[in-house]
Amino acid sequence: MINTEHSLIIIAVMAGVTIVLRLLPYFVFSKNTPKAVLYLGNVLPYSIVAMLLVYCLKEVDITAGNHGIPEFIAVLLAAVLHKRKHNTLLTILAATICYMVLVQRFFS
Amino acid sequence: MNKKTVKRAFIASLPIMAGYVVLGMGFGVLLNKAGYSCLWAVLICVTVFSGTMQYVGVDLLASGASVLQAALMTLMVNARHLFYGISMLERYKDMGWRKWYAFFGLTDETYSIVCSDPELPEGVDRRNFNFLLTLMNHCYWIIGGFLGALLSSALPFNSTGLEFSMTALFVSVFVEQWEKSENHIAAVIGLSVSLICLIIFGADGFLIPAMIGISIGLFAFRKKIEGDGKRDKH
Repeated sequence: MINTEHSLIIIAVMAGVTIVLRLLPYFVFSKNTPKAVLYLGNVLPYSIVAMLLVYCLKEVDITAGNHGIPEFIAVLLAAVLHKRKHNTLLTILAATICYMVLVQRFFS
Repeated sequence: MNKKTVKRAFIASLPIMAGYVVLGMGFGVLLNKAGYSCLWAVLICVTVFSGTMQYVGVDLLASGASVLQAALMTLMVNARHLFYGISMLERYKDMGWRKWYAFFGLTDETYSIVCSDPELPEGVDRRNFNFLLTLMNHCYWIIGGFLGALLSSALPFNSTGLEFSMTALFVSVFVEQWEKSENHIAAVIGLSVSLICLIIFGADGFLIPAMIGISIGLFAFRKKIEGDGKRDKH
């Protein structure tokens, strides 16, 4: 552990930069939003959720370890279940339990 | 804020609850192992409120990083939040004072829920809904961080794999959006560009190239994406 003062400064920097990143688009574009930015704002969610999905699975190595099999099974289960039932809570519970059983019992 | 809105926001926050408590605890445990008490965990969870950054932050603190290092690292890890803000310009614009907190607390998970434009029954104020959803998620995160640092090595059960709940949340939002959109170009661009960048740049460095690539892709296919229209509810 580094000293208290330096710790506080580092935390303040992390918090400060994050807040700026989160608020900057508002300060820059709220008064006068260019059409291109509006367009981006509308379609980005479709792309970004896909990016976040890849981000969650970025540590999966298909050439080694479990070869991503537990992840593949659980993602597939989540997708199929959600397509059928459209119940977010059910999707998450089922897929997470499935994944936990897989990595703790079968692929540990 | 009426009861109905609180209830609705709580229901919408449930999918995030488990993930945040668990990931928050994971952070708390790491932070505690680096020599910081649970009060530090609360301080960081309240002010930074960014999962990935806090995990990276433990390393920064433990290694005694400089201010410049910390700033650059935060910039790189959290640059994606610039995109979130852009998507919220319209959605948060009528929120008044609540928007400051809503923008401050705009995490990956809150973003994915708000962006799926959940249908709200009559009598539920969307502005309060967005505000409360952010606040509840923030609370789960703080509670997780606190408990993790407090209990540290004495965790009661084998939680290996519990972090998958976040992945499952994104899968459900992805499916939801896929069905809502007329063409799937934006989703396909997001998926393919991210995968290609992951292969080229590796797990630690693919986010920023992916964001640039996605922007280019979205503008390159703008006519096509907009042409099929009606995919946007605004």
